[in-house]
Amino acid sequence: MTCVTELPTTEHLLSGNRACAGCGIGIGLRAITKALDGRMVLVNPASCLTVLGGMYPLASLDIPWINVAFPSTAAAAAGVRAGLRAMGREGEMTVLAMAGDGGTADIGIQALSGAAERDDDFIYVCYDNEAYMNTGTQRSGSTPHGAKTTTTWTGKRENPKDVLAIMEAHRIGYVASTSAAFPTDVYDKMVTARDRRGLRYLHMNTPCPSGWSFDPKDSVRLGKLAVETGLVVLFEIADGVFRLTGRSAALAKSGKPRTPVAEYLASQGRFRGMSEADVAEVQAWIDERWGRYVARNAGD
Amino acid sequence: MTVHVMTGNDAAATAAKLARVQVVAAYPITPQSPVVENLSKWVEQGELPAEFVAVESEHSALTVCIGASTVGARAFTATSANGLAYMTEQVWWAAGARLPIVMCVANRAMAAPWNVLNDQQDSMSVRDAGWVQLYCRDNQEILDTTVQAFRIAERLNVPVMVCYDGFLLSHTMMPVDVPDAEVADAFLPPRTAPLQVVDVNNPRNVGPVTLADPRADADGTLQPGYMEFRAMHHGALLEALEVVPDVDRAWETATGRGWGGLVCEYLLDDAEIVLVAAGSLVTQLTLVAEALRAEGVRAGVLGIRCYRPFPVAALRERLAGRALALVFDKALSYGYQGPIAEDLKAALYAAPDAPAVYGAICGLGGRDVSPGQLAAATRAALGDLAAGVTDRAPVWINLAEGSMR
Repeated sequence: MTCVTELPTTEHLLSGNRACAGCGIGIGLRAITKALDGRMVLVNPASCLTVLGGMYPLASLDIPWINVAFPSTAAAAAGVRAGLRAMGREGEMTVLAMAGDGGTADIGIQALSGAAERDDDFIYVCYDNEAYMNTGTQRSGSTPHGAKTTTTWTGKRENPKDVLAIMEAHRIGYVASTSAAFPTDVYDKMVTARDRRGLRYLHMNTPCPSGWSFDPKDSVRLGKLAVETGLVVLFEIADGVFRLTGRSAALAKSGKPRTPVAEYLASQGRFRGMSEADVAEVQAWIDERWGRYVARNAGD
Repeated sequence: MTVHVMTGNDAAATAAKLARVQVVAAYPITPQSPVVENLSKWVEQGELPAEFVAVESEHSALTVCIGASTVGARAFTATSANGLAYMTEQVWWAAGARLPIVMCVANRAMAAPWNVLNDQQDSMSVRDAGWVQLYCRDNQEILDTTVQAFRIAERLNVPVMVCYDGFLLSHTMMPVDVPDAEVADAFLPPRTAPLQVVDVNNPRNVGPVTLADPRADADGTLQPGYMEFRAMHHGALLEALEVVPDVDRAWETATGRGWGGLVCEYLLDDAEIVLVAAGSLVTQLTLVAEALRAEGVRAGVLGIRCYRPFPVAALRERLAGRALALVFDKALSYGYQGPIAEDLKAALYAAPDAPAVYGAICGLGGRDVSPGQLAAATRAALGDLAAGVTDRAPVWINLAEGSMR
């Protein structure tokens, strides 16, 4: 595992960008662009990331970036890839599609599924801030049970869609779950993805102070806490082999109890007022999934 | 040059091959499907060195073309009816992003209810999206226009839609002269550098959020706002009024075949009554004009080849001094009138010596339109004209009695 002091020092995400204070996307994207050394083209639909990138004629990243329509991210990346290949330019850059959870789990899933079935040659990163944050915190298919949003005023009743399982079911070569609170985990997985071919899928948890209602200084702490509870699990599935990574691997190895999810839920305004029964339901959902992950874990 | 007997769909696919398209993306829909079946086969057999992306929807078909075209590749797709409607978001995107994509539309009726047969409601419904729209009369024109479309698109950095009537042309066999590859290559060189820069050594953010007003860049130079970009796009469409005829003339020089540029005409010079339409209906109307002339009616035909941009000056010039323009639309703006009639009336407003303009709706959902019915509709229009009617509601041709209640 790469140590934080070993990360490349070149910055591609420039200072003065338009991300909100404490936004997890910037932390994750910084690690991603370092892993690709800026030799990339970012394909990005309408999302928080669009805002972070800046408004014409100014830009906050020094990488090629193509804005595309909301449902179209994966198909646009496939087209960019096909175009580069047709022109003999495929060695110039990695094609990186990067969309939010709404753009991935909901409106973008059809194009993503098509690209996965064709095993198109690009990396797709879903940055998951667990709701439509750019439009003002409406619920998405990835919003967790109990979270209040501007379209679930009393808390969402359903559990989030398991996009990682959906992507694994497509039998693509590399599927990984990561968190912006662990930039080196993001970096290592992006390096692994970079050196493979075909469709590679990374799902990156990105804490959102405004949408989750917490103090921006706590973004990394909360992202880490989500991993401590098992609500977010760091793992990768390479050629069908499942392996827990980083802090999640250490948690599984230690055999010690995970932090109760109630502590995580209590730290954010979006879960305020959840009933004990709902909290218990979330805990049971986490425990069941954690058990399955640990049972599958091929790592040491 | 070799003469082949082929369908309109085969002519479209052959044109894409002659144009040496580099990326083809497509999704099946009747009656377009054979276009991409052909291209898929040629790519698999190594006859066409292109990337063929078999996408999961029409939305993605045009999206793949958008991605490929952004990095500089020559991209092509084809669709019909609900497929076109499904990709409508990307129809606007391709135009706004100024990408020279060429798309064939085998014109088909819009559901509901389901109907796979011909009318022109599909492409007419996206006339405002900022594409050049060309309509073809026969299979030869489909081939010739599709090759021309790439040159028009790449000259102006706007996408071009080549429209032809489903089944009437898409599935009807006709002799088609296929130019030699060298002729096509000389006419259409490889695409030059795109407007968009996608280069790790010169990183740009392509298509970011753009405010209404001009805004200074890092050097303090004022750059366009959203409205300036829209005006530039409009300017490119207006420039197409010159480029479409230029390209058609260049094609005529190369192959001996021209199609009239913006409009085509038949027996028009001394005509008092002008029959107006787009697509294969124009071919039919030549028979109607001949039949009416045999009855002593000085009838002629004016076909709309380029519907967007709308050739206002050419139409004003060719219609000045006539008594009547009778427009046959295979589409309808519901609650109003046929789109070509509507546009023609606007184009002729305040024009000197403008004729009366009547509209007729015909052929929706593949309803057969015979030259006899078209001639009868023209005679009835002449009666109205003689009675001093200057404007009237569109008539529906061959409609069951009592349907419009």
